[in-house]
Amino acid sequence: MAHKTLTPLLEEAQKIAGPHQGQFRDSIVTGIYRTAEQIAGDVVSHTSTKRQDLDRQIDNIITSPVWGFPVMFGVLAVVFWVTIAGANVPSGILATGLFWIEARLTDLFMALNTPGWLHGFLVLGVYRSLAWVISVMLPPMAIFFPLFTLLEDLGYLPRVAFNLDHFFHKAGAHGKQALTMSMGFGCNAAGIIACRIIESPRERLIATLTNNFVPCNGRFPTLIALVSIFIAGSVSLSLSSAVATLAVAGLVVFGIAVTLSISWLLSKTILRGEPSSFTLELPPYRKPLVGQVLVRSVLDRTIFVLSRAIVIAAPAGGLIWILANTTVGDASVLSILAGWLDPLARFMGLDGFILLAFILGLPANEIVLPILIMSYVCGGAMTELASLTDLRHLLVDQHGWTWLTALCTMVFSLCHWPCGTTLFTIQREQHNWRWTLLAAMIPTTVGVIICMLINNLVRAIGLV
Amino acid sequence: MSDTITLNCLGNGSIALVKEVVAEGLTRRRLLDLGLVPGTKVEVIRRSPVGDPIAFNIRGAVIALRREVAGKVLVSPWG
Amino acid sequence: MGLTYQSTGQLTTREMFDAKSDNCDYIIALAGNPNTGKSTVFNALTGLRQHTGNWPGKTVQRAEGNYIYKSHRYRLIDLPGTYSLLSNSADEEVARDFICFARPDATIVVLDATCLERNLNLALQVMEITNKVVVCVNLIDEARRKKIQVDAAKLSERLGVPVVSTAARSNEGLPRLIELVSDVASKRVCPKPQPVSYSKDLEEAIARLEPRVRDVIGKDINPRWLTLRLLDGDTRLLQAIENHLNAGRTAPVVHGRRRDYSNGA
Ligand SMILES: Nc1nc2c(ncn2[C@@H]2O[C@H](COP(=O)(O)OP(=O)(O)OP(=O)(O)O)[C@@H](O)[C@H]2O)c(=O)[nH]1
Ligand SMILES: [Mg+2]
Repeated sequence: MAHKTLTPLLEEAQKIAGPHQGQFRDSIVTGIYRTAEQIAGDVVSHTSTKRQDLDRQIDNIITSPVWGFPVMFGVLAVVFWVTIAGANVPSGILATGLFWIEARLTDLFMALNTPGWLHGFLVLGVYRSLAWVISVMLPPMAIFFPLFTLLEDLGYLPRVAFNLDHFFHKAGAHGKQALTMSMGFGCNAAGIIACRIIESPRERLIATLTNNFVPCNGRFPTLIALVSIFIAGSVSLSLSSAVATLAVAGLVVFGIAVTLSISWLLSKTILRGEPSSFTLELPPYRKPLVGQVLVRSVLDRTIFVLSRAIVIAAPAGGLIWILANTTVGDASVLSILAGWLDPLARFMGLDGFILLAFILGLPANEIVLPILIMSYVCGGAMTELASLTDLRHLLVDQHGWTWLTALCTMVFSLCHWPCGTTLFTIQREQHNWRWTLLAAMIPTTVGVIICMLINNLVRAIGLV
Repeated sequence: MSDTITLNCLGNGSIALVKEVVAEGLTRRRLLDLGLVPGTKVEVIRRSPVGDPIAFNIRGAVIALRREVAGKVLVSPWG
Repeated sequence: MGLTYQSTGQLTTREMFDAKSDNCDYIIALAGNPNTGKSTVFNALTGLRQHTGNWPGKTVQRAEGNYIYKSHRYRLIDLPGTYSLLSNSADEEVARDFICFARPDATIVVLDATCLERNLNLALQVMEITNKVVVCVNLIDEARRKKIQVDAAKLSERLGVPVVSTAARSNEGLPRLIELVSDVASKRVCPKPQPVSYSKDLEEAIARLEPRVRDVIGKDINPRWLTLRLLDGDTRLLQAIENHLNAGRTAPVVHGRRRDYSNGA
C-alpha cells in the first residue's frame, strides 16, 4: 500500500489560507457556536430560572470564603465519623461470628483426625487471615463507599476542586488533581487512571506521582482499625468515635499537605514548567438515587474490592503460616526475616514484623494488617482473638505497642510504596519504568523520613 | 463600543460580551471550545474562597477559570 | 512538518479499534459533552455497571457492552466526555479518535437538555464527520424541573438527524432510542445533517480545497471535514488522521493507544 501523506494538501491549505489561517481557525469554532446558538434559540423555551438560583445559593455557602473550608472539613469529618462509629459494632459481630466458625472448623479437623500441619495451614493460616480481612475491611468499606458515592452523585467533588485549586496552582499543579485524589480514596489505581483528565503531561505526572498520599480503601480501614484500637481504649466510650474521627481526618489532611508539598517540590525540580490552562465545569447539583447508590456501591464496589482482598489474603495467610512454622535452627523463618528488618524498623518507630507486613502487603494494601496480626499470632501463644479488645491486648501487651507505634504505623501506611496494582497502572499509563520507580520511591522516602522524625522527636522529648 | 477590559477584572455578578481571546495555542483552543467566541455573553458568578479561580456562566454552564487564563479574554462590559 | 510515518502493514481500522467486531452486527458509539449521562445510557442499554458520577471526567477509558434488539447484536462503546473534537487531553483523544476514525455504524450524541446550546457544539462537530448520528437529549427530567422545554421534533428537523428526549436514569425514552439507533445502523434511515455554514471567506477556501482533498484521499474520511481540519492546521489532529490513513503502522504513539483500547473495558 502506498504511503499516504497529508503534507502536500496541508501546504496547499496553507497557501489558500495565506495569512488568514488563525482567522479560519476562529471562524470554524465561531461558525459552529453561532449555528448552535440559533438552533438552541429555536427549540428551547424557558419559563423559569428558579432551580439555577437554588444551585447558586448552595454554592454561596459551599464555596464561600468563610464557610467553604469549614464545610469541606466538616463533610470529611462526618463521612469518617459515620464510617468509624458505624463500623465498630458490625466489625465486632463479624469477628465473633467468623472466629466461632474457626473454632468449629478446628473441631471438625480434630474429629477427622487430619494432620496438624494441614489444620495449621488451612484454618490458622488461610481461613484466619480471610476472617481478619472480612471483619476489619468489610464494615468500613460498606459504609464509606455509599457515602462517598452520594457526595459524588450530588456534585460535591468539583466544588472541592474549585476550593482547593488555588493551592494546587501555588504548588505548580493542576486543580483537577483534587478530583484524581478523590478517586484515590476509592482506589489509587483508579486515581492514576483518572489523571487522564489533566491535559498537561507535566501536571498529569505530578498528580500520578503523588496520588498515593491519599489513603485508598485498602489502607483506610487499616487506619480506622488502628485508630479505633488505640483511641477506643484510652478515652471514654462516648468520646472515642469523635476522637478517632479527628485522628483519621487529621491524617487525611496531613496526606493532602504532603501531596501539595511534594507537588511543589516536583514542579520546582524535575518537573519544572508553567502551570497549564485550567478549566473546570461545576455541574448543577443533582439529586442522587439513594436506593440505587446503596445497592450499587455495596454490591459492586465493596464486593469487588473485598473479593480482590480475599483472593490475595488467602494465599498470603497460608504463606505466613508456613513462614512462621518453618524453623531454621531454633527460630522460625518469619522471625528471622522480621529480625533482619528490626533495626531499621525500630528506628522508624515500628518493629520488624510491621515492616515485613508492609512488604508482604505489596500485592494489596488490604492485607497488611491481617498479615501483621497473623505473624504476631503464629509466632505467639495466643489462640483466641475475636474482637478489637483482644487485638489491643495482642498489640499492646504482647508486642509492646505504644501510641507512638500506632502513629508511626499509620503514617507509614499513608506514605509508602503504592500497591502492586497501582504500580502496574502507573507503568501502563506512563510507559516509563523510571516514573514508576519514582512513584514508589517518593512516598517511601517521605514515609521513612517522617516516621524517623516522629519517633526520634517523641522519644527525645520523652513522651513515651 | 465601550472600553475593553479583561475577564478577570470584572466583579462578581457583572456581565460582559467577549471581544477576543488573546491566548495562544492549546489554551486558546480550549477557551474557544468552551464557547468563548466573540459576541458571547459571560456572567461572573463567584470567586473561590481564596479569590482564584473564578467561576463564569458561559453558555449555560458554570466554568471555572484561573485568573491568568481569564486575563487572556478581552471583554466589554454589558448593560 | 513531520507528518510522515512508515507504513508497515495493512489492518482495517475496524480491526484496530475493535478486534472483536466479528461477533456483533453493529457498532454504536456514545459521544457527548462530559457529564451528560453517556455512561448512564450505556448502563441502561447494556445492563453493565460503568461508574457514573456527577462531575465531568468520570469516564476516561472507553468501555464496551452489548445489547440485542430484534435479534441483532449491538456493541455499544461508552466514550469519555469531550467538549469538542478539536482540543485534546488524553481522555478526550480516546473519544476523538474513536468518533473520527473507527467509523461506527451509528453514533449516539448525548446532550444535556438543560444546557443545549453548549452541547450542540459537539453534536454539530460529530455531524460534520458522519451522517449516522442519533441525537439523545438526555436529562429531560432535570430540564422539566428547571422549566426548560426542548422541542425534539423541531430539533430533529433543524439538525437533519433523528432526535429523542430521554431521562436515562429512569429509562424514559430509551426504547425509542434503541429503535432509532437500529434504523440508522441498518441504513433503513439515512440522516442528512444540515451542514454548518461558515463565514464567506472560509466557505470559499473550502470550495477551493475540497475537490483536491476528494482526489487525494477518496472517501476514507469525510472530505469536507478533512478540508476544514487542513485549513485549521491543527498538527496533532492531522497527524492522527495521517496515522489513520496509513493504518497498521508501528509508530510508538499508536502502540500506546492501541494498548489502551484493548485494556479499556
Ligand atoms: N436526573 C437525572 N440524572 C441523570 C440522568 N442521566 C444521568 N444522570 C446523572 O448524571 C450524572 C452523570 O452521568 P454519567 O453517566 O456519569 O455521565 P457521563 O456522560 O458518562 O459523564 P463523563 O463520563 O464524565 O463524560 C450521574 O450522577 C447520573 O446519575 C437522567 O436522565 N436524569
Ligand atoms: Mg461516563
